[in-house]
Order: sequence, then structure tokens, then C-alpha cells
Amino acid sequence: MATIEKDSVTGQSTTGHEWDGIKELNTPLPKWWVYVFWATVVWAIGYWIAMPAWPTVNGYTKGVLGYSSRADLDNELALQKAGRAAWLSKIEAAELDAIEKDKDLLRYAMAGGKIAFGENCGACHGTGGVGVAGAYPTLADDEWIWGGTLADIEQTIKFGIRSTHAETRVSEMPKFGADGLLKPEQIAAVSDYVVSMASRAPAKGSPGEAVYVENCAVCHGEDGSGQAALGAPALNNQIWLFKTAKASAKDMVAAQVNAPKHGSMPAWADRLDPTTIKMLAVYVHNLGGGK
Amino acid sequence: MSINTEATPYCDDVIRKFTIAAIFWGVVGFLAGDFIAFQLAFPVLNLDLEWTTFGRLRPLHTSAVIFAFGGNVLFCTSLYIVQRTSRASLFGGEGLATATFWGFQSFIVVAALTYVLGFSQGQEYAEPEWWLDLWLTVVWVMYLIVFAGTIMKRKEPHIYVANWFFFAMILTVAMLHLGNNIAVPAAFFGGSWMKSYNIFGGVQNAMTQWWYGHNAVGFFLTAGFLGIMYYFVPKRAERPVYSYRLSIVHFWALIFLYIWAGPHHLHYTALPDWAQTLGMTFSVMLWMPSWGGMINGLMTLSGAWDKLRTDPVMRFLVSSVAFYGMSTFEGPMMSIKAVNSLSHYTDWGIGHVHSGALGWVAFVSFGAIYYLIPKLYGRKEMYSLKLVGTHFWIATIGIVLYITAMWISGIMQGLMWRAYDNLGFLQYSFIETVEAMKPYYVIRAIGGLLFVAGSLVMVYNVFKTIKGDVADEALSPAASGAR
Amino acid sequence: MFKHHAKIETNIFFMAVGILLTVVVGGLVEVIPLFSIESTIEKVKGVRPYSPLELAGRNIYVREGCYNCHSQMIRPFKDEVERYGPYSLAAESKYDHPFQWGSKRTGPDLARVGGKFTNEWHFRHMVNPRDVVPGSIMPGYKHLVRKLDYATIEADMKANRAVGVPYTDAQIANAKKDLEEQVNADPASNPAVLASYPKAHVGPSSDDPKVRALGVTEMDALVAYLQVLGTMVDFKTVDLSKVRR
Ligand code: HEC
Ligand code: HEC
Ligand code: HEC
Ligand code: HEM
Ligand code: HEM
Ligand SMILES: [Ca+2]
Ligand SMILES: [Ca+2]
Ligand SMILES: [Cu+2]
Repeated sequence: MATIEKDSVTGQSTTGHEWDGIKELNTPLPKWWVYVFWATVVWAIGYWIAMPAWPTVNGYTKGVLGYSSRADLDNELALQKAGRAAWLSKIEAAELDAIEKDKDLLRYAMAGGKIAFGENCGACHGTGGVGVAGAYPTLADDEWIWGGTLADIEQTIKFGIRSTHAETRVSEMPKFGADGLLKPEQIAAVSDYVVSMASRAPAKGSPGEAVYVENCAVCHGEDGSGQAALGAPALNNQIWLFKTAKASAKDMVAAQVNAPKHGSMPAWADRLDPTTIKMLAVYVHNLGGGK
Repeated sequence: MSINTEATPYCDDVIRKFTIAAIFWGVVGFLAGDFIAFQLAFPVLNLDLEWTTFGRLRPLHTSAVIFAFGGNVLFCTSLYIVQRTSRASLFGGEGLATATFWGFQSFIVVAALTYVLGFSQGQEYAEPEWWLDLWLTVVWVMYLIVFAGTIMKRKEPHIYVANWFFFAMILTVAMLHLGNNIAVPAAFFGGSWMKSYNIFGGVQNAMTQWWYGHNAVGFFLTAGFLGIMYYFVPKRAERPVYSYRLSIVHFWALIFLYIWAGPHHLHYTALPDWAQTLGMTFSVMLWMPSWGGMINGLMTLSGAWDKLRTDPVMRFLVSSVAFYGMSTFEGPMMSIKAVNSLSHYTDWGIGHVHSGALGWVAFVSFGAIYYLIPKLYGRKEMYSLKLVGTHFWIATIGIVLYITAMWISGIMQGLMWRAYDNLGFLQYSFIETVEAMKPYYVIRAIGGLLFVAGSLVMVYNVFKTIKGDVADEALSPAASGAR
Repeated sequence: MFKHHAKIETNIFFMAVGILLTVVVGGLVEVIPLFSIESTIEKVKGVRPYSPLELAGRNIYVREGCYNCHSQMIRPFKDEVERYGPYSLAAESKYDHPFQWGSKRTGPDLARVGGKFTNEWHFRHMVNPRDVVPGSIMPGYKHLVRKLDYATIEADMKANRAVGVPYTDAQIANAKKDLEEQVNADPASNPAVLASYPKAHVGPSSDDPKVRALGVTEMDALVAYLQVLGTMVDFKTVDLSKVRR
């Protein structure tokens, strides 16, 4: 065993051991270190007394403060609710168009609608309702499939479109091609006609017109202006739901007539509360194209 | 068999292998980390291939740096140290240790392959499937035998403090690994060999996972690396360890308290409040025992502070201890529930991880490697200490970019998630918070690139040292002040 | 005290025992009561084992490492409850082996994503997230548009049963039938799979005939899993003041 010696730099003595040339000083524990350590221990004991802490056989020590993170939330939510009550009760009571006419209510509903839209709707309809070409309609223009009044919009949001909700908006375009209702040449013809209609120069007298009038006009209207009640979009303008950048308008129409696509949107009535849905309706209505 | 000139014929072949493996896996793991960092900034880098998506590569990074890099560093240093401080060659000789080496390297390679191919147990840091877990268990038991056997052969009466830490690491990691990986393979019922289901589910699984996960940090990345520090700092500083008494107290306090802190990973989750309280209070009590290691490391330098100026290897070692002190202050702070409510789930956690992982774990490893390489290859010093200094500065700038970017983005993220506007509505939608992170992800990735670059400088330096070259600067005595 | 330490410091067995005793305590005290304290897992109705298709989807979720970016754990904070829905109960993940609560939210929490979007949206989003969310940094998973291998799905259910998920013999016997039906059933009908697995989301992830030609796809499974997340418990029937612990 090596001998205990004094370190010249620190004045501490060594422990007398040595490993591969490493020695150890026998310096006492730094006082501040010991104090801070005990302080944390005392604090911890205090915390255990105050808070739920130690498990027992079939329970735990509840702590004198009776704290629970879940109870804490309930209090916070109650406070939040109280804070919002003045505004929300007004929104709740007011008719949708009355909200729009009241400048302050409108501002409030727009703010509430904006965040609800960002969290729930933006995934499909994009930030600000720009939509996704070929899939999800733009909500910022005045083109509406299911109607652009406040009431229409509210209903769409509440129950969704072809959703699993019992009151969902539904309607289906027949599979003219796939079910053999129309022959390929008729589909080609009607597609040409729809494209001409969309460029505001309907090819009157063309074979496609006859097919159109006979098969499509019931839903999309004689002049192609669509029918909100049936969710049949207007075909007399260049705004398409299902046209992607890659496909030509004619191909898209032909594909739709052959085996139609149908968009679907979830219902929000079970997920969002009625006031939030109202605010959403107002927000969407004010994105630019409300009717 | 051994190039060293000391009296006892130490088994150093296997140490050389582990050291080179550590360097190799380090570079691989840092590259993987930087790649996933770039993926978060530029998602096209997911390459639209199933094997290269972020979700599969992130565990590859974490396991590569923690287990492959960190593990090999622990192997090479602990087996080097245990021989010197016991004055005994490895128990089982080169043979058993070399079997451990190949067992471990093959484990790493196979585990990495399974990650990329999509086989995972789905728990962080424990992703390897059940038969890989068993494989690793065998390797670990061999390691335990080599290590403990060598201590039993020792010619020193006392076990050196570094070995306490290694030993605690080995035993506790074994316990954690076994406890967290109990799973029932689908193969037992005629299903896939590559799929199993953890015996624990839901909240109980969450608790066992973070009992494991937190203590993987506490024992693998902390206790084990403190063992490294306890040898290389006094050796390189040529000073006695500051306080033997502090070693004793902080060692036992550290290993006792660490185990309790796991629930700080589960604050405000469906884990019951009582358990969260325990996690939080024990984390705070852990602060001083953690700092005990830092004090012992830094104060060992009293009388040798000038080495910090003259010796870049010392600079790595000392900075690592400083980073250790920083992250073990930050950790207890983040364990306080009010703080955690902001930091949890955000990049702040990532910043904390990397101040510990880059600043502490990697830096102390670099210091150890720079010490070991010349010793293991019979050279006086590294090829170039100037390049060690270059590595130090590049890596330090990298870390600073990394962790400041993550602090800012993490705190910003946390604040944006909970921000309410003056009308009382949430202010930001989630996607807005994603978009706000972008610049910080770019900065972090650049920081990571610097860190990788530094490690490549190390590779070059190590290569030249092994080759036997000596840089001009090291030849002229005035140039660097190196010893 | 420091003198007595010499006994431990000079004997590796004492040291081993000392270390093991020291490190075993915390774990025991924190883990065991989670099994014994009854209030730990809230008593709420509705939580059921995953349907075979959902289970297959969950395995894909684990395989792809979605937990690296997504949490499934809504904390009891007003902002989270407002953003994602009611906070997560322990009961909701009681059949999750492994749990997938996550530790990082690079993407949003998914604990209540079920029913929020349509299958068709999930399909588009998973194939290329930036097609629908331009600012997204999530990887694309177009490789999931391939046939699902469910040849041994019964083995997965049995392994789950071995770790405590109460699958019945009948459920295991019907596994393949239930799995196929969940994909193919017309949502308007009342398929048998719903009797075994209430609230299962029926229907394929995509109607595209080219995709359907593949049979049951991995995407169908993953989407079925996503669509059931957070929907099993009806929070209108839960008294949240009774689940504090
Ligand atoms: C999963 C995707 C999805 C989500 C989420 C979604 N929608 Fe839709 N939405 C659609 C689709 C698809 C349509 C068009 C349906 C059709 O083809 O008729 C649509 C149509 C609409 C329409 C009718 C447009 C018209 O021209 O008549 C309104 C209004 C609307 N969405 C509002 C919302 C609001 C508000 C939310 C959020 C609360 C929302 N949507 C969320 C997919 C979605
Ligand atoms: C029973 C009602 C019905 C009939 C008849 C019908 N459609 Fe439709 N059509 C719809 C509905 C509903 C949609 C919208 C689907 C959606 O929104 O998802 C639609 C959509 C379309 C679209 C896509 C519009 C866009 O914006 O992308 C085209 C093109 C179209 N129909 C053309 C036709 C043609 C041509 C015919 C006749 C051959 C026809 N439709 C007959 C109901 C009908
Ligand atoms: C690199 C990180 C990352 C990975 C890995 C990842 N995601 Fe995402 N995820 C995101 C981000 C960011 C968003 C938000 C933007 C968006 O909607 O795309 C998101 C959004 C989502 C959403 C929409 C949630 C909502 O409420 O808006 C779903 C569902 C989803 N991811 C599922 C998955 C699944 C399933 C996987 C694995 C197969 C996965 N994600 C892997 C980052 C990721
Ligand atoms: C070049 C150096 C490195 C870079 C660029 C890097 C980058 C990254 C990135 C981008 C992530 C994912 C973060 C996220 O999900 O948001 C990550 C996670 C992680 N890294 Fe690194 N890393 C590096 C080095 C290291 C080292 C050396 C270690 C350990 C010794 C380490 C340990 C980890 C761990 C543990 C995680 C998971 C953190 C968590 O889940 O909270 N990394 N790293
Ligand atoms: C006293 C010491 C420490 C305490 C109390 C502590 C505490 C914490 C806390 C509170 C978290 C965040 C958990 C969350 O919100 O998700 C965390 C995460 C983490 N810390 Fe520490 N920390 C300490 C030291 C360290 C050190 C030294 C390292 C590194 C080497 C480290 C590595 C990590 C890692 C890897 C994670 C991420 C785990 C994950 O979510 O995947 N910690 N730590
Ligand atoms: Ca494992
Ligand atoms: Ca993590
Ligand atoms: Cu931890």
C-alpha cells in the first residue's frame, strides 16, 4: 500500500491508493454541494406532502393540496368557458346572417372560424380555402356545389358530404359508361359538348347536345348551371372539381361520365360544437364567395 | 500480441479493434443524424423509398450513435482502463473479449439492417426484435464476465472509481434491457419471426419503457462515460482526482436516484399523477449527485489549468465535463412539470439530448480516443495536435449551431402550440408551427455537417497516427506547446 | 462512512450486490403499483381489441416508425384539448402492445385522428403528403400501396392474447374473413365485422380500380387503424370528474 502524502497544489492529503499512476485526494465534500443537495431533498419531501406522490396497496397518498392534473384542467376549462361566455352565447343565440351584420360578432366569428378551419379543414381545403385541384373544392370563390348561402354551408359542415353521418348530403351521378347507359361515341360527343359549354360557347345542335339534354340536364341543368340541391356542379364554367393539371378537360369529363368520382367530406357535428360550426360557416362564407 | 512496453502484458489487440470500431460507427451515426436532420428541412430527401424514410432512419441514427458508437467507446475504454487500474490482463484473454467484439459488431450490422427493412419493436432505443435482444444479452454477459473477471484478477487492493461506474453500468443495463424487452414472438404461434408483442401494454408499457429509456441515458450515456472521465481526465492532467469522498457519495446517490426519474418522460400523460410527482422530485434531487461528477472532473484540473491552453485533447475532455454539467442542469429543470409542459414533444428535448450527446458523450469520447490511439499504436502523440484543435473548434461551432437552433425552435414551437390570440382563440394551426421550424432545421443540419466534418478530421488524424507519420508542426517544439 | 466503504471497494461481490440493491428499488416502487392500483386504468366503456385489419395496420404504423414524429397522447391542457379533442385516458391504450404515446411531435398528435378525415384523404396524404398539405415535411409512403400479407394474422392475434388482449376463439377463427370484409364492405350495409369490432371503419382506402386489383393493401390496413384511433370511447358518456388519479 502506498503512503498518504500531501498534494502541494491544493494542500489536501491523498488517500494513499494509486492506480496506474492515478491518485485520489481526500478532499471533503464541498459544503455548497451538500447544502444544495439537502435543499432539493427537503423540497422534494415538501412536494410529496403537498401533492399526490407515494403509491400504497391500492391507492396513493393524495397530498394535502388535493391536486390532480385532470381536475386542474377542468378548472381551467371552466375559466376559459366563463371568459368566452359573453361572446359565445351571442353567437349561439344569433342567426347566421345576424352574426355577419354585427361588425364585432363577425370579427369574433372570423377569428374563431379561422383557427377551427386551420386545424380541421385546411388539410383538405388548404390554408384560406384554396382547395386542391382534382380533389377538394376551393371555398374562396363563388362557385358552390352544394350551395353558398350561410345555411347551405352550415349544413354541409355539420353533416358532411357522402359521410358516415345519417343526415349527410348525398347524391350520385350514374355510371353512364360503366353501366352501359351510354356508348363510347355518345360519351365522346357529350364530353365535347360539355367542354364547349364550359368555354361559354355551347355547341348548339351538336350530337353531344342531345345526349346532354337527355341524360345530364336533370341534374346539371339545361344550361349547365348546376343544381345545388343535388350537389351537381355547374358545368358552364372553367371551374372543375376533378380536373387535375395533367388531364385535359375533355378527358376528365369523359372519365366522369364513364365512372364518376364522388367527393366525400366528413361530418363535423359529432366532433365540433355547434357554435364552432357556426363560426366556421361564417368564416367560409366570408372567404370570398359567399352567396 | 501487444505493442505496449509496460510490465504487465495487457490485451490490447481487442482494444484497438474496439477503438477503430468506435470511430467507424461514430462517423456512420453522425452521418445518419445529419441526413435525417436534412430530411426534416427538405422532405424530398426521404427519397420516396421505404428504406430511407425518416421514420426508419431515425432509430438507425439513435442506435448507431448510442449503441454502436457509444457502446464501442465504452468497450474500448472500460477494457483498457480495467486492465491498467487492476494491473491485470483481461480475464479470458484476447479470445473472450474478441468474441465479444465480433458478437457486438455483428449485432450492430444485423440490427441496422432490420431497422431499414422495417422490423422494429416500436419502443425508442429498444427497437431490435426479440432474437436480436437475446443476441445482445449473450454479448453483454460475455462483457460482464471479461470485465468482472479482470477485476477479480486485480493486483490492486482497491477497485478504482472508474470501474465502479463501469460495473454499475454493466449490471444495470443488463437489468433494464431484460426488463424492457420481455415480448411474446408471433413465431411461437406460427407467425413471423420478425414480430413480437411486448408483454406490457399501455400505461404499464409506457412506464417500463421510460424506466428503461431514461436509465439507458443514466447508465449507458452517463455512468459509463463518467467512468471514462474518471480515468482520462486525471491521466491527461497528471493530477490526482479531486475528491475520493465526493466519488463515493455521488456514485451511490447517482445510481440510486437515477432509476426513479423515468416518469419525467411521461409528464401530463395518462401515467397517474403520483408517479409523475416521483419522477419530477427524484430528477431534481439528481441534480447535485450529477454535478458531483462534474466537480470531480473539473477540480481535478486545479494546478493544471494551463493544459487547457496547450493541449487540445484536454480541451475536449474539459469541455465535455462542462457540457455534462450543463445538460444535467437542464435535465432537472425540464423535469419540473411546469417547464416540461412547454418543452415536452418539442425540439427543446432534441436540443437537450444533443447538448448531452454531442457535448458530453461525443466530446469525452473524442478526448479518450485521442489519448488512446497513440498509446495503442506505440506512438508518442497524435499525428497532429493542431488537427485535434481544428476538430475541437469545428465540432464546437457545430454543437452551438445545433443546440441554439433547437432551443429557439423548441421554445417557439411550445409557445406557438399554446398561444391564444386576444379574442381567446388558439393563434396558430399546427401546420403553421411546422412551417415556422424550417429555418431552424436548416441551421441544425448545417451544425450537424460541421460536427461530421470534425469527425472526418479525426479519422484522418487517426489514420496518419497509426501509419506512424508525424506532422511538421509536431516536430518543431515551439509550434504548439504540445507535450 | 468513508472508511467502511473500503469493504465494498475491495470486494467485487459486495459491490455487485450493493449496486443491484440500489438500482432495483426505484423501478419496483414505480412499476408494480401500476398493476395493483385499480384507478390506474379508468373504467370506461368501448375500448376493444383491434380488428384484424386494424391490428395489421398498427403493425405497419410500428414498422414505419410513425411514433418518431407523432404522439398519441393528448395532455390535459386546454390548448391540446381544444386542438385535438378530449385528453387521452390510460384505458384507451390498454390493448396497445407496444404503447405508441410517442415523445416528439414533429407532426400533430394522432390520438383522435379517427374519423377526422376520409379514407380517400388519408390515401392521398400517405402517398405524398405535399399533394394535400403543401407545407408538410412528412415522408411519402407510396410503397404502402401493395398487397398486405395477412397469411398469419391469427398468430399475431394469439400472441396478443398471450400478453393479455382478450381476443376470443371466434374472433381468431374469423380473422381473415373479418379482415377482408372490413375492406370490402359497403359502408351503408351492416357487415358482420362490426358485431365483433364495434365502430370499426369499413371500406377500402381507395376506390381506384388499379389499387383494388391488388386485393387488401397495406394502405387499407394502416388507414383502418388511423380511422379507429380515439373513437372507441364515447366521451359524451364519460364523466371526466370520475377519472382523476
Ligand atoms: C377529408 C377531406 C375534407 C375535410 C377535412 C373537409 N372537407 Fe369540406 N369538402 C371535402 C370535399 C371532398 C368536398 C366536395 C364534396 C363533393 O364532391 O361534393 C367538400 C366540400 C365542402 C363544402 C361545400 C363546397 C361547395 O362547393 O358546396 C364546404 C362548405 C366545405 N367543404 C367546408 C369544409 C369545412 C368548413 C371543413 C372543416 C370543418 C371541411 N370542409 C373539411 C373534403 C373535406
Ligand atoms: C343524378 C344526377 C346526375 C346526373 C344525371 C349527371 N350528373 Fe354529373 N355530377 C353529379 C354530381 C352529384 C356530381 C358531383 C360529384 C362530386 O361533387 O363529388 C357530378 C359531377 C360531374 C362532373 C365533374 C365536375 C367537376 O367540377 O369536376 C362532370 C364533368 C359531370 N358531372 C358531367 C356529367 C355529364 C356529362 C352527365 C350526363 C352524361 C352528367 N354529369 C349526369 C350528378 C349527376
Ligand atoms: C418526418 C416526420 C413524420 C413522419 C415520419 C410521419 N409523419 Fe405524419 N405528419 C408529419 C407532419 C409534419 C404532419 C403535418 C402536416 C401534414 O398534415 O402533412 C403530419 C400529418 C399526419 C397526419 C394528419 C394529422 C392531422 O390531424 O392533420 C396523419 C394521419 C399522419 N401524419 C400519419 C402518419 C403515419 C401513419 C405515419 C407513418 C407511416 C407518419 N404520419 C409519419 C410528419 C411525419
Ligand atoms: C452529427 C451529429 C448529429 C446530428 C446532426 C444529429 C441529428 C439528429 C436528429 C435530426 C434527430 C431527430 C430529431 C427529431 O426527431 O426532431 C436526432 C435524434 C437523436 N439523436 Fe442525434 N444527431 C447527431 C449526433 C448524435 C449523437 C452523437 C448522439 C448520442 C450519443 C445522438 C443521439 C440522439 C438521440 C438519443 C436522439 C433521439 C432524441 C429524442 O427522441 O428525443 N445524436 N439526432
Ligand atoms: C440529471 C440529469 C438529467 C435529467 C434529470 C434529465 C431529464 C430529462 C428530461 C426531463 C427529458 C425530457 C423528457 C420529455 O419531455 O420527453 C430528457 C430527455 C432526454 N435526455 Fe435528459 N436529463 C438528464 C441528463 C441527460 C444527459 C447527460 C443526457 C445525454 C447524454 C440526456 C439525454 C436525454 C435523452 C436522449 C432524452 C430524450 C429521450 C426521448 O424522449 O427520446 N439527459 N431528459
Ligand atoms: Ca428490443
Ligand atoms: Ca424520443
Ligand atoms: Cu430521462
